[in-house]
Amino acid sequence: MIAPTLARPPVNLGERLRLAVADAAVVTWRNLVAIWRVPTVFVFELVQPIMFVLLFRFVYENAFANIPGGNYVLFLMPGIFVQNAIFGSTTTAIGIAEDLKKGLIDRFRALPMARSAVLAGRTVADLAKNLLLVTVMIGIGYLVGFRFQQGPLAALGVVVLVLAVSFTFSWISATVGLAIKQVEGVQAAIFTMVFPVVFVSAAFVPVSGMASFLQVVARNNPVTYWCNLARYLSIGDVAMLDPVTGLPTATLEGLLVRSALWIVGLLAVFIPLSIRLYRRLA
Amino acid sequence: MADPIIRTEGLRKRFGDVEALKGVDLLVRPGSVFGLLGPNGAGKTTTVRILATLLAPDGGRAEVAGLDVVRDADALRFRIGLAGQYAAVDENLTGLENLELVGRLYHLGRREARRRGAEVLERFGLAEAADRPAKTYSGGMRRRLDLAASLVGRPEVLFLDEPTTGLDPRSRIDVWAFVRELQADGTTILLTTQYLDEADQLADRIAVIDLGTVIAEGTSDELKARVGGAVLELHVQDRADTAAAAEALAGLGRGDPTIDPETGSIRIPVAEDGATALTDSIRRLDERSIALADVALHRPTLDDVFLALTGRAAEDGTEPEPPTRRRRRRRESAGAAP
Ligand SMILES: Nc1ncnc2c1ncn2[C@@H]1O[C@H](COP(=O)(O)OP(=O)(O)O)[C@@H](O)[C@H]1O
Ligand SMILES: [Mg+2]
Repeated sequence: MIAPTLARPPVNLGERLRLAVADAAVVTWRNLVAIWRVPTVFVFELVQPIMFVLLFRFVYENAFANIPGGNYVLFLMPGIFVQNAIFGSTTTAIGIAEDLKKGLIDRFRALPMARSAVLAGRTVADLAKNLLLVTVMIGIGYLVGFRFQQGPLAALGVVVLVLAVSFTFSWISATVGLAIKQVEGVQAAIFTMVFPVVFVSAAFVPVSGMASFLQVVARNNPVTYWCNLARYLSIGDVAMLDPVTGLPTATLEGLLVRSALWIVGLLAVFIPLSIRLYRRLA
Repeated sequence: MADPIIRTEGLRKRFGDVEALKGVDLLVRPGSVFGLLGPNGAGKTTTVRILATLLAPDGGRAEVAGLDVVRDADALRFRIGLAGQYAAVDENLTGLENLELVGRLYHLGRREARRRGAEVLERFGLAEAADRPAKTYSGGMRRRLDLAASLVGRPEVLFLDEPTTGLDPRSRIDVWAFVRELQADGTTILLTTQYLDEADQLADRIAVIDLGTVIAEGTSDELKARVGGAVLELHVQDRADTAAAAEALAGLGRGDPTIDPETGSIRIPVAEDGATALTDSIRRLDERSIALADVALHRPTLDDVFLALTGRAAEDGTEPEPPTRRRRRRRESAGAAP
């Protein structure tokens, strides 16, 4: 990493970008050190997803008839990966609220660093952590009978998708953290927001089994697109066949475009919004 | 005065219903230590946060080192250092890593950031603890690390918000020594404090701030001269006698005595030449057989200045209270200082 030395504000776009990247890298390092030195936090973060896998895999296995593809664990795991990407991003809000509480954000805001760096450094560090998380979850999936069936490239595609989703939700999470500020409040707020978004989607069960008014919401929920794309890439087009009619309900292209548009759109809203909140912190 | 390095004009800030600053005017000479003295809630932190570019004022303007704190904030951040009211250190990083982090965010480059970090740690007596995580540091060490962090960028102007609040007497004296040392190096320092003796000890000039307004400004001597006269302070041997003693001394001085039954002390503002009051007081108490532990006649402290300016003690932002309560609170605030 180039470490530019500069004793004045950047004067052009090139310099500004270079500093923004360098500052974000420094803050990322600082956040990764914390994850590395206090690994118990990460270990505790693994408890909930593993519990989810075991619950859904073994408790609900036979509760759901009519699973596309006919095999619940193959259906479930891609949804679990996406769910984890979203739940895993809640640490962004908590980390920011903790930095606020400790006065570290004040210190950073009085330094001549890029106004985006504290947030970028936090979301990128959480991205790295979430990569670790998804890797562990894939391992757990393999232990309970899940297999990628579309080759390594498609499997890689799932990982990239999951990371993109986690990065997107990290910025949403950052916005919530900056808006709410109190560590305790942030935790409650972010889960209250994330739970319905994840559960009213195709993450764990097919949409067709939901109450009809929820089906409308669930079908248009971006989480549904992401989960279905992850499924498509994991087990192929059987994931998209209607278990009753046997007809395909979505195409790969359609899923790709919708998934990407949602990710880009959410980032385009929440990156500037959170940086704006950061600048205006009182 | 030479061109001021800090200048605020009619600085105003409101938080919802609270008018935190109601028009603060300050002028600080380059190379000086300026004390912003006031009780809790006076507006000290708000002022510092505006000057350090953390908060935009609602009205008025502020310039530091010739730069507007709002318009030129980006450039200004290269020239200032801030140690906030609570030590802001990353507990997971070592002392040295904390300073390296700050140095790199001043864009010093990795090597220089590390070098300066080590240098500043040495100066603050933390060299031995450099490679220990900050979470193992004591409160005093954290505060020193926080101060060290504010110096890594070699700021021209340093803001210290209550740098000794919560420190043990030993650490407080250390911080005072650092402030004097920095001033000797040419740094301008604006520090806030609730401790009257701290401002008295460190600051070349003092602004007394209360409820969002500067109510007095000057050197410590100038402020004391505004009270005039002297203060007679007596301690009765048996605390149970405090009230009786105060009654016996009624009408002796130029103002109401403040009494503290818990320590058995009575303070009375008296005329410039307090000798008569002194002998009078001893005679009156002797007549009633009230034994004295201690009598002293001294020039007013900033404590007395604050009382004279606001009608209440410099401990908190509450309304004036009955003399007894007032005195007790003041004891506490003085007791916390070395
Ligand atoms: N972020 C804030 N939100 C609401 N009120 C605030 C905020 N910051 C300060 N205040 C209020 O403004 C007044 C001045 O506070 P402050 O500047 O912190 O005083 P000091 O540092 O002298 O104790 C107080 O009444 C305080 O409660
Ligand atoms: Mg304060």
